[in-house]
Parts: sequence; structure tokens; C-alpha cells
Amino acid sequence: MTVSPISLAFKKCKKEKRPALLTYTVAGDNTKKKSLEILNSISKYVDICELGFPHNTPIGDGGQIQTASYRAIKNGIKMKDIFQIVNKFKNRKNSKPLILMGYYNMICRYGENKFLNKCKQVGVNGLIVVDLPWPDNKKFAKKCKKKSVTFVQLLSPTTSKKRIKKIINDSHDMIYYISMLSTTGGKLKISPKKILENYNSIKKINKSKNIVIGFGITIKTINSLKKADGLVVGSAICNEISKSINNRQNPVTNVTNIVSLLKKRIS
Amino acid sequence: MKIKKNIPLIDQHDKNGFWGKFGGNFIPETLKKPVEDLTILFEKLRKDKKFIQERDYYFKNWLGSPTRFIKLENLTDHLDGAQIWTKVVSDLNGGAHKSLNATVHCLLAKRAGKKYIVGDTGAGYAGKMLSMAAKKFGLKCKIFMGAKDIKRQKPNCDAMRANNAEIVPVYTGSQTLVDAVSECMRYWVSNCDTTAMCVGSTVGPNIFVKICGWSTSQISKELLIQIKDEFGEIPKKLKLINCVGGGSSSFGFWNEFMHYNKKQVEFIGVEAGGPKNSKKHAAPLTYGSKIGVLHGAMQYVNQDAEGQIEETESISAGLDYPGVSPLHCFLKDTKRARYTAATDEEALNAYQLVTKFESLNPSLEPSHAFAEAIKIAPKLSKDTVLCINSCGDALKDRDILKKRLGK
Ligand SMILES: Cc1ncc(COP(=O)(O)O)c(C=O)c1O
Repeated sequence: MTVSPISLAFKKCKKEKRPALLTYTVAGDNTKKKSLEILNSISKYVDICELGFPHNTPIGDGGQIQTASYRAIKNGIKMKDIFQIVNKFKNRKNSKPLILMGYYNMICRYGENKFLNKCKQVGVNGLIVVDLPWPDNKKFAKKCKKKSVTFVQLLSPTTSKKRIKKIINDSHDMIYYISMLSTTGGKLKISPKKILENYNSIKKINKSKNIVIGFGITIKTINSLKKADGLVVGSAICNEISKSINNRQNPVTNVTNIVSLLKKRIS
Repeated sequence: MKIKKNIPLIDQHDKNGFWGKFGGNFIPETLKKPVEDLTILFEKLRKDKKFIQERDYYFKNWLGSPTRFIKLENLTDHLDGAQIWTKVVSDLNGGAHKSLNATVHCLLAKRAGKKYIVGDTGAGYAGKMLSMAAKKFGLKCKIFMGAKDIKRQKPNCDAMRANNAEIVPVYTGSQTLVDAVSECMRYWVSNCDTTAMCVGSTVGPNIFVKICGWSTSQISKELLIQIKDEFGEIPKKLKLINCVGGGSSSFGFWNEFMHYNKKQVEFIGVEAGGPKNSKKHAAPLTYGSKIGVLHGAMQYVNQDAEGQIEETESISAGLDYPGVSPLHCFLKDTKRARYTAATDEEALNAYQLVTKFESLNPSLEPSHAFAEAIKIAPKLSKDTVLCINSCGDALKDRDILKKRLGK
């Protein structure tokens, strides 16, 4: 089997002795065109791009990502636009692996198989489905694998040891560890040291899995979590887009600036 | 898909929590553990005699169960068809059936050692009752409520504040119940280690559907006895009519009659059809909405072609919800229950007719059920018994009624 682009991205970072930088932006935020421009522009600093397909009843997202999602939906973003954005992004020479992230109802409505075929066609490398936890996701995760799409399993501080082992067993080449009890965008309410402790105990179970940490990571905190395989920054970026709009500045420039800063902090 | 005999419907789900195609647990990973903990606790306590005694004690001595089952003589005479009976569930402490579920959730939270409880509300009854029960059992309480509902259901908000609950206004989306439930679930994701969550109806992840249905089934337990007392047996033609928002009152009103033949005991669920000339409604079962995921469960839900949940519209805040309990989806598909809708105008007319003839003051939610009863009663035989669940008191609707009817 060929090594997936996601695995390759982690390998490259390991060689460079740094964690992978993953960003999360919402497709269509604040417009279809701008969100593609943002992806293209941050791509040179980012190792893996997460792109959200926005849903209007997101039960796992905090204020910033909700705002970004509503903005995108209000601007009329549709599934077909989202696949188009991915397609255009992936067709560029120096694009990065891309993970789509969202809620199950959107996939369900589109049709699981049709959705995955489309993912494969436009070059989606991975999927995160916030409200499809293990073991309910087993069948779908298998379908993903058949299409060479990494299904990213999630782990949280509330996940029991026994459950963690089983989830890792069924996982593909990337796992997402949620840093704390929070929706996206919360302030880090436990110390980075404690997060890394939890992280390491999970990592020990299977060293070959690439495990990233997300939720609550900002410019201020990213440096302290550098020991992880990868770090995801979402709300801080969505917030930057909100700020840019309020200040009538170009979100592409501003987002690119903070992503380059994030990269500096972990290099 | 078939309903099994001799097993409560709430237990007829598979190991993944599905009743047929409906239900399940579409939740973020963080909630898996607290949901599992709650499941273990509930399944243990529902078999625990002491817990049942405690529940029954509070239902009886604090909430005032059993509630009355009475004949509406004047309305029956006026409609000149089927007999019209009602169960006055709004007699319960607090003024609606929501107190049953709220009480059970607080008892569970106490057993789980939680100090805080949070809940959602639309009409404000679920919130009012939760704040009332939380106060009774010494829990700190936060209620999530859409900003639009806070404006239109002021009397219940005043009651929540009087019970020392904090009302958290929700400004996202349509600023109604659907948004309140989402925000409440998000809050629980962040605070599930210290805080218990009460979902205000038979919706949400599997265990919340079960706990709520188990709690409101008290209504039909009482009714079964009362009907047998009154008629000596179950009438040959009995129709149980109930409004359906999330579906907690209707499920509770029907549960003990589940295994009667539907030709003998018919279940009629009445959803909110919205304003007469509006495309928006809150009637996913009546108007054939597609299956999708809302608030952790697979169900019929108003949504667009992309899977975005659609905005609803109803004069009744308690029914103004785009989805519906997986239990009702199951009852629809197995054809055990029949679902229909009443418009805002029909509900208002029903309210006027009922209050003109009877000393009963049903809120806008049960007024939807009365609308259906008023529609069908004249065409039915005199030995047909229609029983309507008068599950809420109209005190909370004071402002809306004044505006719409000048009352
Ligand atoms: C009086 C009353 N009836 C009915 C409902 C609808 O909910 P359900 O269908 O769960 O009974 C509500 C909800 O707030 C209510 O307050």
C-alpha cells in the first residue's frame, strides 16, 4: 500500500524535529473565493489543512467557529462549492493534505457513498466527523479506508483507557486528541503540562500513530505543546477572520500573518 | 419495524440505541462517558425499589399526582358527537407535565453527586420546572432559552428567576428551542464533569429519550386506572389526542396503552402547523420531513437539501421545534400513532372555544390538540371517547393571547 499524504506530512515534520501544524478554517468563510485564497496563502506554512463544512446546529463548536459557520452559510455556501474549493486547492502545485471536518447530518443528507466518492474525486485526504463517535463510526470508517480517505478518530480527556485502546486499534494514520472538556475555542483550562501528560499516556499505547492535539491552542500556548506529533489551531484563526471583517481589513493577509507566526513558534 | 409486546417501548432499541432507524447517539466523543455514566445510573435506579419509592413520593406529595381526569360536558354537548374528556395534567405543580422529567433528572443528579444542573426550554415550562426541582433538591441551575422565547414567555422566565435559576439567552439561529438545546449541549460538553444535563423532552441522545419517556409515562399510568374506574373497562373506541413538540407529553400520555389494538385505542399526535399562510411549520411528521440527525438522534427533521436544519414557526413556543422524538418517528413508521397538524389560527380558535365552554385554561400547546378534537368530534359516535391531554396552563401565554385575541 502507498503511504498516505497525511502520513508523509507527519514524517517530514518528524525529520524537522517539530510538530505538524494543522489549521482549521471554514469553507466559504467569509466568501467562497476568500476561503480558497486563505487556504492557498497559508498552505506554505501549514502541514495539513482542515476545512470545515459548516452546519447550522453544531453541538461541539464554540462561539468563534459558530460565527464563522453562520457567516459561510449566510453567504450561501453549498456542498458542491466546498468540493470545488477542495478541488481547486488540491490542483495547485504545492498544496497540502486536506481534511474535511463537519457534522454527520450533512454527510447523511448527501449520501455516504456519494460523499466519499466525491471526496476521493476532488482529493480529500481525511475526514473528521464531530458527532459520529466510535463504535458507531466503524462501518463508515471502513468505507473511508476503501476510498483511501483517513477517518480521524477523536479521543478526549473523558475517554476511558479501555475505550482508548479499542479506538486506537480501529484508527487510521491520524488521531485527534481533544485537549480538555470544552467545545472548540475555549480557553485552555488545564495546564499544557497536564495535557502533555495525558497525551503521552495515550501515545504510549501505540507509538506509530500520529496523534494531534486540538482545542484551545493559540499563539500564546502553541509553544508549550510542541512535543506532540501535531497541533491544530482553529478558533484563533476563525477569530482573526472575524476581526479582519470588523476592521475592514483583508482576512487573507491577516490570517496568513498569524499562521506564519504559529509556524515560527513551533519551529 | 414492529412494536414488540411486553417490553416498554423505551427499551425496544438495539445495542446502538436505535428504535428501528431512529435515535442513536450522535454526540461528540467528550460526551460518550457522561452519557454512559448516566445510562448505567438510570438503568440501575429504575430497578431500585427505594428510588422508585422516592420518585413516587415526590410525584404524589410534591407535584400533586394523580391529576384529574374529567369530562368536558359543555364542550361535548356543543360539539354533539364524541364524548370529550381531558386529563388535566396542568394541575401538576408548576403547571405542566415537564415537572415529571425535571424531578427525575434532579433525583438522578443528586445520586450522581452533581451540584449543578442545566437544561433547555422553549415555552419556559421545562426551564421553570427544572429550576423548581433544582431548588427543591439543592442544585444550582442554569437554563438555556432562545432570546425570542424569553420575550414571548415572560411569566415562565419570571418563575425561573424566582427559583434562583440563571437564564442564559441564546442569540444564535432562530433564537428558539432548537438553538437553546444546541447551546445547552455545548455547555454540557464543557462542564460534564461537574454538571448534570436535563433535556426537556423525549429528544437528544438515547438515554435522554428514555429517561424523559419513563418519567412522563406517569400520565398514562394514572389515566389507565382512571379510565377503568370511570368506564369499568377500556372503552371500545378511545382516542388519545395530544400535541407533539419534542413528544414528551404525548409519549407519556400513550405509553401504558401501547399494546391495545389501535382500532380500540387510537393515538393522535398534533404538531404545530405554523401560521395559516406560512411555509414554515414545526410538523416534521405531518409534512413528511426527511430523516436526519438533530441533537444527537436520527429522526424526521425539517431540513434543506444540504442538511441544514430549517427554521420553524409556531405561535406555540413549546411546539416550535424542527425535529421530533425518535419514539414518535418509530410510532409513525409502525403506524401505531397517527400524526396531523393544527395551524396557529386553529389553535387560537380552539382555545377560545374551550375557555368559552369550560373552566379550563389550556396553553397554546394543548390548544393544538383541542383543535383536532373539535374538528373530528362532531363526526364521531356518542360512544366514542376522546381524551385530550391538557398538558399546560395558559398563564404563560398571557401576552400572546392578549395580542392575538385581545384577552
Ligand atoms: C405545555 C406544553 N405542552 C407541550 C410541550 C411540547 O413538548 P412535548 O411534545 O415534549 O410535550 C411543551 C414544551 O415546552 C409545553 O410546555
